[in-house]
Amino acid sequence: MSEASASAEDVLAVAADWREAGEQVALATVTETWGSSPRPAGSQMAVTASGRMAGSVSGGCIEGAVAEAALQTISSGAPQLLDFGVTNERAWEVGLACGGKVKVFVEKLQ
Amino acid sequence: MTPELLAALALARREQRPVVLATKLPSGEQLLLPDPQAGAALNEAAERALATDRSDTVSISGAAYFLHVHNTPLRMVVVGAVHIAQALVPMAAQLGLAVVVVDPRRAFASAERFPNVTISTDWPDEALDALRPDRRTAIVTLTHDPKLDDPALDRALRSPALYIAALGSRRTHAARLARLRALGHDEASLARIRGPAGLNIEAVTAPEIALSILAEFVAVHRGAALARKPPVAAEKAGQAA
Repeated sequence: MSEASASAEDVLAVAADWREAGEQVALATVTETWGSSPRPAGSQMAVTASGRMAGSVSGGCIEGAVAEAALQTISSGAPQLLDFGVTNERAWEVGLACGGKVKVFVEKLQ
Repeated sequence: MTPELLAALALARREQRPVVLATKLPSGEQLLLPDPQAGAALNEAAERALATDRSDTVSISGAAYFLHVHNTPLRMVVVGAVHIAQALVPMAAQLGLAVVVVDPRRAFASAERFPNVTISTDWPDEALDALRPDRRTAIVTLTHDPKLDDPALDRALRSPALYIAALGSRRTHAARLARLRALGHDEASLARIRGPAGLNIEAVTAPEIALSILAEFVAVHRGAALARKPPVAAEKAGQAA
């Protein structure tokens, strides 16, 4: 898919290139948003077991937590549907400062 | 995602075929739509998602599916391999646009001036006939030369192009409209041309003019309120004559 990777926004092409190069890759995709979420549904982030990252699923608030989940999915092979929002009351949980809510689907590129 | 599905998705993109990747949530089973095996409800939802160019989660007979739209890339046809085009082309590529530069003057339309870009040295009307602009195509004329701009705009107006813009001062634009009127284009059709091209940000340099044109393109593509400006906001709106 490398002919399409001219755009930095084309995370799927980047992920496919990494996979082809032999990396272990997980793909995170925003599947649903509510309120003032910074990135629309369809926004993607790719993460490799070796620590490479491309794209984003929020304005930067949840990327760390998504990367962690991505590494779990790479090792287990099981997809995850993550829920992020401001409703988390415990301060150490990850939430969105903007007041929005997002769902993020994390899958492994087989 | 399976390698087979990834390959099918890559093939669809290479063939410029719009598709939707459907993922059942939370289990993660996936299929590529349209697919005659998938059932009417899922195919119809995919068709709607493609038409609105909007990915979203939908509920179909009690199951949640994320429909990820993979539309054909937006295209920008730049007529005139001029200095402003040299600024516009890399910025447009950064926005994810597939760019084609059209200019029959080979001294301008050279690979040295426009590296890694598709170049057509056909006459603009013939180039546009071959490119067949659709609803996801933008056409921008930059030559200031009626011999080149007019045939491009004539073909642009006969197409469903998303964004049509012509560089040139207000006076140049009025003269241009008069010539296109003589070719049989009515007022409603002529109103589709953004002239002078670009949002009025008092752009002066080539990169600034490129920025104003791309900003206006994004505004039109995303349906922003400021895209519905009157044709000419100020005398200086259209940059250099």
